[in-house]
Amino acid sequence: MALRLNNLRSSIFFICLIPFLWLLVDIVFDNLGSNPIQAIHIRLGDWSLRFLCLTLTITPIQIIANWRGMSAYRQMLGLYTFFYASLHIMTYIIVDQFFVWHVIGIDIIESPYIWFGLLAYIIVFLLAITTPKSAKKRMGKNWKKLHRFIYLAAIGAVVHYFWQLKGNLADPLFYLIIVTLLLAFRFLVWVKNRKFNKMMIPTRKKALVLPVRQIEASEAIVEQRE
Amino acid sequence: MIIKTKNEILASEITDPSIFKERRKIIKALFATLVSSSVISPNRVLAANNNSVWNNLSKGDFSNNKLTPTPAELIKNYTNYYEFSFNKKDSTELAQHLKIDPWSIEVTGEIEKPGTFYLEDILRQQVLQEFIYRFRCVEAWSMVVPWVGFSLGNLLKTFKPLSSAYFVKFTSVHQPEIMPKQQNNAMLEWPYVESLRIDEAMHPLSIFAVGMYGNTLPKQNGAPLRLVVPWKYGFKSIKAIVKIEFLKRPPISSWSKSAPGEYGFYANVNPEVPHPRWSQNSERQLGSGLFTPRRQTELFNGYGEQVASMYSNMDLRHFF
Repeated sequence: MALRLNNLRSSIFFICLIPFLWLLVDIVFDNLGSNPIQAIHIRLGDWSLRFLCLTLTITPIQIIANWRGMSAYRQMLGLYTFFYASLHIMTYIIVDQFFVWHVIGIDIIESPYIWFGLLAYIIVFLLAITTPKSAKKRMGKNWKKLHRFIYLAAIGAVVHYFWQLKGNLADPLFYLIIVTLLLAFRFLVWVKNRKFNKMMIPTRKKALVLPVRQIEASEAIVEQRE
Repeated sequence: MIIKTKNEILASEITDPSIFKERRKIIKALFATLVSSSVISPNRVLAANNNSVWNNLSKGDFSNNKLTPTPAELIKNYTNYYEFSFNKKDSTELAQHLKIDPWSIEVTGEIEKPGTFYLEDILRQQVLQEFIYRFRCVEAWSMVVPWVGFSLGNLLKTFKPLSSAYFVKFTSVHQPEIMPKQQNNAMLEWPYVESLRIDEAMHPLSIFAVGMYGNTLPKQNGAPLRLVVPWKYGFKSIKAIVKIEFLKRPPISSWSKSAPGEYGFYANVNPEVPHPRWSQNSERQLGSGLFTPRRQTELFNGYGEQVASMYSNMDLRHFF
């Protein structure tokens, strides 16, 4: 069973690399059109946002399917978000601007859409470096608080997308809808939890009706065992 | 064919070396100059295509031979043509459906000689020249295009403008059955309109282009007739023009109407005045290789010497 799961994990790991390999192929075969630098930059940005959305879908799936075995995938997808977002930024700094820092500085100061992208990246960066179990242990409850900032990163990334376009907003609108649905789901769960909190004086049974907490609790148990 | 490939390598390498004074690049540029002067002259490369419609045209007054034209394939495949699609690739393909023959232009307003003229009749009266101009898009990319065209001022004078003509308005073609975004009324109010002050329109830098690289204009690049005003952002250089109006008052151009805070009437290239959502300080030159820094954008796209006097008493931040 463990072996099969590992197989699944490694295949997902490699599937997530496909967009990167595909981009390399397009670079080598010069398939990127008249402005290849921008094409690379945009492609990597798109994939960062897609992986961010995928990361955010894991928890809702776990709750709806009442299956709690997916947190490892959530972590992997989150790290891939970091991977693609880092390449996105490196493309900007190295391939596009080639370390001409004063131009980069002016560009960032004068381009509000970059501020939102940068905000999203800083958050994703912090989440990525606090991935190791040791960091999680050291941070205790703060780890969870910090990792909730992924919601802000998602909003920042979508604003970043919207604000750089002249007017053709169909693509970012798609991501806005996805992110809104994903965040709305969490909001509804939160509202539901609060209602139950008010209705019932805390008892041990509460865990039965609070799916999110239930999962969190069981995750904690699993981790303790590990 | 081999000669052409060589030219393409040059194009990415003699990218204005004065801007970035890295040693590596200067050496490359020197090398490139050596090669181009000894083996192939730029003129020969431009005329290398046997199917050229126009060979050995004289150069326009402000055509800059020191600029290396962006390879034609890049220019042809990187166009904004929102009437067809908001995507550059799709708009290039869809633009091939445009009907451009026959083509006539309606000329009205504050002039002595209003009327409708066939393009071929207009062309018969004009002297075609080659104009190697910079082209800077508001999206912060740029290229160098060897346009084939004629002085806009020379044409406008033939219509005998009245002293009350302060502005010239240009209107693009309206073919909703062929242009999907016109059919859906998407994004902008169609047809596309642009405008210049009369002195801008009469300026010797302003041209009407009918071709590039010695051939007729590709449809996606604005065939059969487009405006080129190289010191302004690309969206001013309206494509597929069917109407010219001489007006007393300034008309509102399409982008200004859609987002007045973002696109002004003048739209002069200016690195000091950022677009509200992005910097205009630098630009990506099409054809430049990976790991090549962006080009520093110049005031009036480098044509300040010719055009700055037209704006001498104006606050360019206010009149953006």
